[in-house]
Amino acid sequence: MHQILAVEDEPDIRRILRALLEGDQYRFIEAETAERGEIEARSHKPDLLLVDLGLPDGNGIDLIRRIRTWSPVPIIVLSARTMEEQKIAALDAGADDYVTKPFSTPELLARVRAALRRHVRGAEQTPLLRMGAVQIDLARRESRGPQGELHLTPLEYRVLESLARHTGLIVRQAQLIREVWGPERLGDTGSLRVCMKNLRAKVEPDPRRPRYLVTEAGLGYRLRAD
Amino acid sequence: MRDPPEKLRAAHENLRAAHGMNDHRPDPDQLLAHVQAEEARAKRGRLRIFFGASAGVGKTYGMLEAAHSARAATNADVVVGYVEPHGRVETERLLEGLERLPTLAVKYRGIVRYEFDLDAALARRPGILLVDELAHSNVVGGDPPPRHPKRWQDIEELLEAGMTVWTTVNVQHLESLNDLVAQITGIRQRETLPDRVFDEADEIELIDLPPDDLLARLHAGKVYVADEVATAVERFFRTPNLMALRELALRRVADRVEAAARALTATRGRGRLAGDRVLVAIGPDEQAEQLVRAGKRIADALDAGWTVVYVETPALLRLSETERDRRIDLLRLAESLGAETVTLDGPSAAATLIEYAQTRNATRVIVGSPKRSGWRSWLQSSTPVQLVQHARDFDVITIAVPDQATPRRSPSSSAGVNGTPTPIRWDRYAWAVFTTAVCTAIAFVLYPRFELSSLVMLYLLGVTIAGLRLGRGPSLLTSLLNVAAVDFFFVPPRYTFAVADVQYLVTFAVMLIIALVIANLMASIRQQTRVAGARERRTALLYAMSRELAATRGLSSLARVAVNHLAEVFQCKAAILLPDATGKLQYPGDPRLDVSFRRADLAVAQWVVDHGHRAGLGSDTLAAAPGLYLPLGDERQRLGVLAVLPENQRRVLLPEQRHLLETFAGQIGIAIERARLAEAAEAASLDAERESLRNTLLASISHDLRTPLAVMAGAGSTLADRGATLDEQTRVSLARSIETKAREMSDLVSNVLDLMRFESGQVVLRTDWEALDDLVGTALNSVEQRLAQHYVDLRLPADLPAVLVDAKLIVQVFANLFNNIGKYTPAGTHVAVTAAADGKFVRVMVDDNGPGLPPGDPARLFDKFQRGDEEGAIVGVGLGLAICQAIIKAHGGEIEAHRRTPGARFEFTLPASGSAT
Repeated sequence: MHQILAVEDEPDIRRILRALLEGDQYRFIEAETAERGEIEARSHKPDLLLVDLGLPDGNGIDLIRRIRTWSPVPIIVLSARTMEEQKIAALDAGADDYVTKPFSTPELLARVRAALRRHVRGAEQTPLLRMGAVQIDLARRESRGPQGELHLTPLEYRVLESLARHTGLIVRQAQLIREVWGPERLGDTGSLRVCMKNLRAKVEPDPRRPRYLVTEAGLGYRLRAD
Repeated sequence: MRDPPEKLRAAHENLRAAHGMNDHRPDPDQLLAHVQAEEARAKRGRLRIFFGASAGVGKTYGMLEAAHSARAATNADVVVGYVEPHGRVETERLLEGLERLPTLAVKYRGIVRYEFDLDAALARRPGILLVDELAHSNVVGGDPPPRHPKRWQDIEELLEAGMTVWTTVNVQHLESLNDLVAQITGIRQRETLPDRVFDEADEIELIDLPPDDLLARLHAGKVYVADEVATAVERFFRTPNLMALRELALRRVADRVEAAARALTATRGRGRLAGDRVLVAIGPDEQAEQLVRAGKRIADALDAGWTVVYVETPALLRLSETERDRRIDLLRLAESLGAETVTLDGPSAAATLIEYAQTRNATRVIVGSPKRSGWRSWLQSSTPVQLVQHARDFDVITIAVPDQATPRRSPSSSAGVNGTPTPIRWDRYAWAVFTTAVCTAIAFVLYPRFELSSLVMLYLLGVTIAGLRLGRGPSLLTSLLNVAAVDFFFVPPRYTFAVADVQYLVTFAVMLIIALVIANLMASIRQQTRVAGARERRTALLYAMSRELAATRGLSSLARVAVNHLAEVFQCKAAILLPDATGKLQYPGDPRLDVSFRRADLAVAQWVVDHGHRAGLGSDTLAAAPGLYLPLGDERQRLGVLAVLPENQRRVLLPEQRHLLETFAGQIGIAIERARLAEAAEAASLDAERESLRNTLLASISHDLRTPLAVMAGAGSTLADRGATLDEQTRVSLARSIETKAREMSDLVSNVLDLMRFESGQVVLRTDWEALDDLVGTALNSVEQRLAQHYVDLRLPADLPAVLVDAKLIVQVFANLFNNIGKYTPAGTHVAVTAAADGKFVRVMVDDNGPGLPPGDPARLFDKFQRGDEEGAIVGVGLGLAICQAIIKAHGGEIEAHRRTPGARFEFTLPASGSAT
């Protein structure tokens, strides 16, 4: 049974989260302040953190930064702040995903599952990706679609690998470029865009309305494998 | 007229008497002007002048004595700003016990001079400041450079700052008496004082000393004589000279007393004769300077306004540049004596003068006596004679100027203009010869069939053309050559210059005279056309600038337009310096401005804007500066400074160029004021718009927020109170409605917040190159639910160029458009997204075949809180399209709504690269 710690100052939200997560068989721990949050995180060693950014005793981003100094535990930000700069700041501080309030409950649960999956597998690669009718074996570099074998370039495999390490979570553009092309190509979003377009043409049932390789406008991409 | 002033005064007295009998009430305007002048005077410091006939009468001594008694009587705060003791024991003794300002050491050609320190005086602000020698010239080329070239200008500034100043001056320094003094003594005084300063002084104290006493003092060594005068000392200090000077001084003071009495009468009910105006017509000749001074004296005697007119006739245009430059000095002299100056263009001086005199209602026109003699005076009457013949409404006064050369003042060196005579155009003479050759060639062809008289006509035509195209000299050459050609080629015996028949000599004479007259006339017309052309060009330039200024918005673009025009017209570097919020002038961000220009002169510009007077090149203040600084705007509102650094100084020194520059400055001032007002109006309307937005928002929120809140409250309480008794399906549907309404409210709130951020300018675009299909796909995913029942067709071409946009915001645009389609069109509606490259943009069209747009102007849809269906059941304040518009505009694009049959089209542009991705 996974433990989830929510650092959130609003009691109503905590109550809803508790009902929701305990209903899905998670153990729920809560903290009202950043300080309490860090203590709970150190003592309980939760498998996942839900962190609000506006806390009474400080900024949630600072809390994320402090936790990241000693733990790789997945962190999902839960905030009413919708401005892009804040999302980017939180992701840069080490958060794995960002859910804006008001959130839809199925969406939140899906994100929680995705984050936990990554944690369980750790840095190991997902050998097998399934996207609708398409199956991709990242270890063997083999892909199959509804019409038979798919030919992906080595670069496309590396993009998929990079996304698959964070399946269901946001991967920043910069991070993708750094992992696939190398740090010297940072800022070359054009290559990434072209590669993503080609990938979608190969694996998406309707490339113009992508369902698996989703763009998070202004932030990056998210892989939604089944 | 032998003695014009006598006659004039008599005439004036008569008129005044007649006037006085008719009307004793003061003119209200005049009274108002008087009151205003009095008010201005109250703020100004008082000027007291100790006035003497010559050096050595004891002006400085008198001033210091008065200072001591003022201190003793009223305990006045007396400070000596500058007194030249000249080593006189009496003066030295009087200086003891008085506070003295330190003098300013000025380096000039290796020598240190000690000058009056204006800034020290302004800083000290004494009750009474003593400054000797009002007519003194400051060391213009010295280091540090003086602010003004003349001491009287320093004192003007002190007076304007509200300080009381006592000073001294001699009669020979007065500008209008300069000539007379030179005639009496044979010594021309270089340091002159405008009469205006003397006349506006609050008190004149005459220090009088009989000539014999003065000579006695001189011999006793009690009079200091400046070095430059020392050689002439014997010539100067003679009893007849001193008596004449004393008389001049006494008369000048008496005139002043009389003027003061007259002013008093005027306020009590006797207006001066209105509309008296004296015109002084001058040319570039020797007598002009004397004419100007005579004009000043006559205008003063008449108590009338006066104008100095220079008529530029075609004949004068032929003068060398150096001679024409004298006009600059003359008109400046006139202005310094208080005259208005005008330069007119016209074919004849007399006709132009008469026309101008009539438009200005001049009562007297002053001209120099004619100098024309010999055959020319017989052929053509001189300007004064023509004036007298045609004068209707004005008197003509001719001033006889003595022939003996009075020592003339050297032209002002500050002008620094090097005149060069117009070069002779030899090519035109070649053309003149060619014209004769062509005439001769044609005449050769015609000779066998036509008479000689017809051929002469042909040659006259040649002269006419030459006169029109080549100017005076060449056309005269053509006239002569033509006569020679006719003689040589056609008059028998042919091919010799001999003439067989005497009657041909008459032909030649008449032909030559006609040719010369035609050549002259044609050349005049040509010159006239050129003058008119120049005038027209000036008007056109001004018009061009005004028109462009009128079409320009924003202060910085106005300044740029104005500077471009000025640079073109005056061949100068120009800058418009505008004050910031605190009134301090700022440099414009124009890199074309010369660096030294930028560094040196902000202080001068600040002085100009603070005092409202121009400064720099060719003006009274800092005349040695390379640039000219004109204030923009008027007394009420000083808008900024126009700085001009001419490449050729003549461009701004010529009076008509300077007037043109001032006209330009006036236009620019008006344009800037207009821009300021527009800015203020815009700010006000922006405030009003914000206010109305706030109101609409409140009204809208009360509807759009309360409805879902009511649903939520109702459903929540029903669930809480009756949950146990309700069946599963009802419970779920109530809970769902709470969720839906909450979501709608959330959308509304984020829309309002987004729009507020756009309105307040907080949104910073984070642009990157993006593929359009990616953005549309993302938007469609976010509105999947809403468009679940619609058919969406994406028809984006594969070779569409990448767009440079903020991805998040453009996704929002698509999402808002899709949301609207979801809200306002029924299920089953077809939606098509198409796009095409369009120059530097990508044009995107979102079409549907739903019920179409509401009636009215489609552009109104993008206003805030507009929606297709007023007060309808569909929630979502009409902000979606307003946000779309804000986003698209922030990207530099346009968004429009169009009607289709059936359905609607939303169309917008996004900035794009040229190449496909």
